[in-house]
Amino acid sequence: MRPPMRSLSIALASALALTACSSGGDAEETTAGAAACAPSSGPVTLTYTTWIPGIDNVVKVWNEKNPNIQVKVQTGPNGNGGTYANFFNQLKAGNAPDLGHIEYDALPSFRVQDGLTNLADCSEVTAAKDQFVDWTWGQVTFGEQNSVYGVPQDAGPMALFYRKDLFEKNKIPVPTTWDEYAAAAEKVKAAGGYITNFSQSDINQFAGFAWQAGGRWFANDGTKWTVNLQDEATTKVANYWQGLIDKKLVSSVPPWTTEWDNAYNTGQAWTWTSAVWGANSIMSGAPATKGKWAVAPMPQWTAGGTVAGNWGGSATAVFKGSKHPYEAAKFALWLNTSEEALTLLNKEAQLYPATKAGAKLPALSEGVEFYGGQKIYDVFATASTQVAPDFVWGPTMTSTYATASDSFKGAVSGSGTLLDALKTTQTKTIENLKSQAIPVAE
Amino acid sequence: MKNANRIAPMLVMGAATLYFLVPIWWLLVAASKTRGEFTSTTPLWFADFALIDNLKELFAYGDGVFLRWMLNSVVYTGGAALLGTLLAAMCGYALAKYRFPGREAIFNIVLSGVLVPATALALPLFLIFSQFEATNTFWSVFLPSLVNPFGVYLARIYATASVPDELLEAARLDGSGEIRTFFTISTRLMFPALVTIFLFHFVAVWNNFLLPLIMLGEEKLFPVTLGLYSWNTQVNQIPELRMLVLTGALVSIVPLVIAFLLLQRFWRNGLGSGAIK
Repeated sequence: MRPPMRSLSIALASALALTACSSGGDAEETTAGAAACAPSSGPVTLTYTTWIPGIDNVVKVWNEKNPNIQVKVQTGPNGNGGTYANFFNQLKAGNAPDLGHIEYDALPSFRVQDGLTNLADCSEVTAAKDQFVDWTWGQVTFGEQNSVYGVPQDAGPMALFYRKDLFEKNKIPVPTTWDEYAAAAEKVKAAGGYITNFSQSDINQFAGFAWQAGGRWFANDGTKWTVNLQDEATTKVANYWQGLIDKKLVSSVPPWTTEWDNAYNTGQAWTWTSAVWGANSIMSGAPATKGKWAVAPMPQWTAGGTVAGNWGGSATAVFKGSKHPYEAAKFALWLNTSEEALTLLNKEAQLYPATKAGAKLPALSEGVEFYGGQKIYDVFATASTQVAPDFVWGPTMTSTYATASDSFKGAVSGSGTLLDALKTTQTKTIENLKSQAIPVAE
Repeated sequence: MKNANRIAPMLVMGAATLYFLVPIWWLLVAASKTRGEFTSTTPLWFADFALIDNLKELFAYGDGVFLRWMLNSVVYTGGAALLGTLLAAMCGYALAKYRFPGREAIFNIVLSGVLVPATALALPLFLIFSQFEATNTFWSVFLPSLVNPFGVYLARIYATASVPDELLEAARLDGSGEIRTFFTISTRLMFPALVTIFLFHFVAVWNNFLLPLIMLGEEKLFPVTLGLYSWNTQVNQIPELRMLVLTGALVSIVPLVIAFLLLQRFWRNGLGSGAIK
């Protein structure tokens, strides 16, 4: 979700581009693999690469029940930390695992490189559509007919984490709209804090804001990609945060650092608009603030609105070249829809399920002590149903993030604005698509 | 004047020492803290001493997978450095002491290998190993790690300088075979150089991160560098890993420190005697 070593993944990606030139395509395999979602005869062994911690304990449950479909787990660093690059290398070398863990924003790049098996022919998969929260299904189908490029696994619906104690003490009402949020920011500043920390180097949070506001960065009409990082909604979001930055109402500590943790731990930053997994980030980063936080719905652009953004989430995909797509799909469905698997995934890795039923897991219905006993997951369950289903990621997100992160840093330190940064990112992204021979509509 | 001459270098050395030791000091201090104190207390001084707890947690996490990684690292590095040093020594010795056609060509090719970084070779190696369906195995990391062109270079230079042809001639006259001569006479004379090669090789393999990253998917085969890196990429989701990564990093430098402490005596000798000749 949050790559700590972008430079590495870029290095790997460019190394990949070099080999891409030298190896031929496997066009003939494409159709054969997709059409045949038929059960294999006899026992099969599947390989599954993921970096979910504790996944062994989940897979063990499956293996005990399915002696004829044994799953072997392989692991590594997170996607952008090297595992995606490994997937691409393995696809080129023809030894990709049967199943892989891929975040939503990386799925299109695998699709563009023809690395995924279309599961639309697996009737069990298409039948499961209604079990998933609508927008998560949109993330694996790309809004196209007859295509399912993975089974949604987890989601990152966003909400507002805030320091309940400080808001109450200073008699600041909890903001429900972004206007109120900006007004609250002034009061928080007057009380000696920052309302939040603007994430300058992790663009996913900003993407979540844009997603909520109605920004649609990428579109694909089947042949060509449209890139629109400066649409009306995104411009609005950029101007909004630029305003807060200009007035010095937000801090800009680099995210995911100890300084950043410390800002929350010492009460210097009062709110964080983040995804459901952020609940754990605060618990771990700011242990001294136990019991002082609460969760409210994400501030809205129009009063009374009910729209949420999303930050993160991933799918289980079946790679091209898997000899057992039927069994692989069957396992992926069990992993991501059965209550036992979802409960275990939540327990081992705090994954927040992408299914409608998953949001009602017992573990997600309890009050959380760190948040003063509030049933925080109820807020996220509602938020998850409010995420717009038609947000599409582009096929070169790694480089888009890298460019945006570099130019956002510039904007935060005073050279240029967030809007300039988006413009640069737009230009660079289109250049990047073209350099990879991906057709772009202009 | 004389004092000033002495003080300036001492200052520079002192600053350099501090510069190199502070990160290790930081690591030691950080690894001894609890997660809460890690962000909230002074980074360069101790808070509650929780190193023992951290160590216990480290070795218990994931069924003791960390210990396995340490062992893997020692086997990959120790094994590869020993065998690699032997191969480099034989190769360098042969290039120095035997005359045969193409000798300089071979030497130049080996030498140009020094210029190719291991990083650039990882991907081609992956594709080659894929052809043999040997990726994700012990050998996929171990075999490439044996290669050490710089060691060959060093061994040749040192063999030329320290193994006299007359001695070899005498050994031959006494009926010693070439292999026996190499092991009983030449390696002894080359020993300081071999230690140097061993240490360089040891450090290079220990730090070669990209090769295992690309080759391995089986957690049980990971070297400690890759294992810690994998954990570190998940710190945001699984916060308790942060302390494990820090403690693990501290533990993982111990073998390197031991290797250097044990071997530095030879190393110093070697470099010194080489300089006089």
